[in-house]
Amino acid sequence: MVAGATAIEARNVVKTFGSGSEAFNALDNVSVTIRQNEFFTLLGPSGCGKTTLLRMIAGFELPTSGEIMLDGQPVAHLPPFKRQVNTVFQSYALFPHLTVAQNIAFGLEMLRRSKSEIDAQVDKMLKLVQMEPMRNRRVNQISGGQQQRVALARALAPHPKVLLLDEPLSALDLKLRKGMQIELKRLQMETGITFIFVTHDQEEALTMSDRVAVMSKGKILQIGTPTEIYERPSDRFVADFIGETNFTQAEVLERQGDEGRLRLCSGVEIVQQINSLAGIGDKVTLAIRPERIELAPHDDACQFSGTVQNVVYFGTDTTYHLNIQGGGHMTVRLQNRWGHQSVLQAGDEVGLRVPPEAMQVLKD
Amino acid sequence: MSEVTAAGETLTATNIMRRGRRPRFDVKHQPGFGFMAVLCVLMLYGPIVLLVTYSFNQNPSITIWTSFSFDWYVKAYHNEQIRDAAFLSLKIAFFASLASTCAATMAAIATTRVKPYRGLTLAYTIINQPLMVPEIVTGIATLVFFALIKQMTGIYGLGYLITAHIVFCIPFAYMPIRARLEDMDLTYETAAADLYATPWQTFKRITFPMMIPGILGGAMLAFVISLDDVVITVLVSGPGEETFPLYMIGAIRRGVTPELNAVATAFLCLSALLVTVFFLVTRKKKE
Repeated sequence: MVAGATAIEARNVVKTFGSGSEAFNALDNVSVTIRQNEFFTLLGPSGCGKTTLLRMIAGFELPTSGEIMLDGQPVAHLPPFKRQVNTVFQSYALFPHLTVAQNIAFGLEMLRRSKSEIDAQVDKMLKLVQMEPMRNRRVNQISGGQQQRVALARALAPHPKVLLLDEPLSALDLKLRKGMQIELKRLQMETGITFIFVTHDQEEALTMSDRVAVMSKGKILQIGTPTEIYERPSDRFVADFIGETNFTQAEVLERQGDEGRLRLCSGVEIVQQINSLAGIGDKVTLAIRPERIELAPHDDACQFSGTVQNVVYFGTDTTYHLNIQGGGHMTVRLQNRWGHQSVLQAGDEVGLRVPPEAMQVLKD
Repeated sequence: MSEVTAAGETLTATNIMRRGRRPRFDVKHQPGFGFMAVLCVLMLYGPIVLLVTYSFNQNPSITIWTSFSFDWYVKAYHNEQIRDAAFLSLKIAFFASLASTCAATMAAIATTRVKPYRGLTLAYTIINQPLMVPEIVTGIATLVFFALIKQMTGIYGLGYLITAHIVFCIPFAYMPIRARLEDMDLTYETAAADLYATPWQTFKRITFPMMIPGILGGAMLAFVISLDDVVITVLVSGPGEETFPLYMIGAIRRGVTPELNAVATAFLCLSALLVTVFFLVTRKKKE
C-alpha cells in the first residue's frame, strides 16, 4: 500500500432527484479524491448531499452522471455486492435473527471463504472490538454501544478497501460517543483501512479526521485538514458551520500585491492578506474566532471597542457578548485559566485586540 | 436566579396536572361505562360459556341441567360420521393453508419489495378481492365455473373444493405476511447486499428467515378460516364431501343433542389453540 495513493475518486458526480420543475441536484458536480489509509470526513448540515455521496460509493445509488473510481477502477454501475466497500449504517442494521458472531461472519460467508478462515477472522474481529464474551448473544440482547461495535466488526471483517460510516455515533449518548470517537480512530490506525465518515457534528469531524470535506447544497465547499478548515475557512458558510465565528465588514482602501489596506467598522485601518478576493472600494467580510480576541482597556492597539451586553459563564470559559462601536455584535470567549474573574460586567466599555493572523478575509 | 424561576415554573405545571385541573376526557368515568362493558362481554361470551357448560350435561335435553358427565364427548368420538367430517375438514384446511400461504408469500414480496409502480394499488385490491365480494357471490360464481370445467373435462373429485378453499384463504394468509414485510426495515437487505450477498442470497439468508413469523401467522389464519367455511363449501362440495361445519348444520336439522355441544366445544378448543399460537408467533418481540 503506497502512502498517498488514491482509494476513492469521485469525478464530476451529479445526482438529480425528481424531474421537471421538481428536479433538484442532491450532488452538483462533486469531485473529490480520497487517499488510501485516510480518515476522511464528509461534513455538512442535513440535506447537503453527504449521505447521497456515501450511498453512491457503497452502490446504493446510481449517479445521474459522473464516475466513481475505486482503486483506479470505475465502479459507479456495479451493484453493492460486487464492491470491496463495506458500510456501518446509522441504524446499525444488525441481522436480528443471527448472533453476534454470525453477524460478523456474514460477509465472509458470502465471499465463500473457508470455514477455518471465517472462524479465525471472526475471533480476530471480536477481539478487535472487545466483544469476545458476547459472541453467542442475539443482537437484541446487547446494548446500543455494543451493537455499534458489532456493526463495526461486521463491516471490517471482510477487510474492505474502504469503510463507509454513516453517522454511526448519532444514536449514542455523549459519553459513549466520546469513547467511540477514540475507538474509531484506533481501529482505523490498526486496520489501515480507508475510512469515509459522514457526520453533521463538526466536533466529531475535527477530532477524528485526517481531512474533512465541508459540503453544502450538493457541493463541496472546502477540503482540508481540521486545522485548515477551522483556521482558514474558504468562505462564510464554512466559517459559520465549523465552530463559532464573528463576522465583520471592512472596506478595501488600497491594495498592493496580495495585501490590502482595510478600514474596519470601527474606523481603524489595518493591513491584511486579501489575495485576489476584492478590489479597491469593495466590501469584504472578516471572520474572527471568539477565542482569538483579547479584551483590554481601550487603547491604540485595539482594533475594536465595544460595550459588554452580557456575560455567560461556562465553567471552562466565559463568553462575553459585546455591542461593537460602529455596528454589529461580537462574541468573545476567554478561558477561565485563573478561575472565573468577573472583572467585566454588563455595561462596561472594553477594547478588543485581534492578532492580524486571526482575521480571515472571506469571499462573500 | 433563572434556575430557581425555571424550577418554580415546572413545579407549578406539575401541580396543575396532579390536581386534574386540565380537562381530560376519560371514557372510564362516563356514566354507564361499566354496564356497557359487562353487557358486551356477556353478549360475546355468554352463549359460548353456555354451550361449553351444557356439553357436560348428562340430560339429553340441551336446556335442562341434571348432572355432570363426559358421555357426549365419548359418544361424539365414536360417531363415525363426525370423525369422517373432521378428517375431511382437516385435510382440506391443511392443503388450503399450505398452498394459499405459498401464493400469499410470493404476493407479499411482490407488493412490498418493489419500487412503487402504477397499478400497485390495483394489485393490492385484486389480492384482497375475496374479502370485499360477498361470499355467496364468490360461491355461486365458483360453482358455475367448476360445473363448466367438470362438464368439459369429465374430471370430478375433492380437488375442486380444495381449490376453492385455497383461493379464498389467500387474502387471509397475505395480510399478516405483508404486515411483517412492511415492518421489516429495508436496511437489513441493503446491509446484506453491502456484505457481498447477491439478491438471491439476501432473500435466502435475510428476508425469508425474518419473515417466518408472518408466514406462520398467515398459514394458521388460513387454516382456521378454511376449517370454518360454510357458504362456499356448501355450494362447491360434491356428493359425499361433507366437511365438519356442514355435518354440524345437517345434525342440527335432525335434532339438537348435547353431542353437538361437545363437538362444537372440541372445535372451539382447536381454533383457540391455533389463534393463540398465531398470536404468540406474530407478536412483536421486545427490542
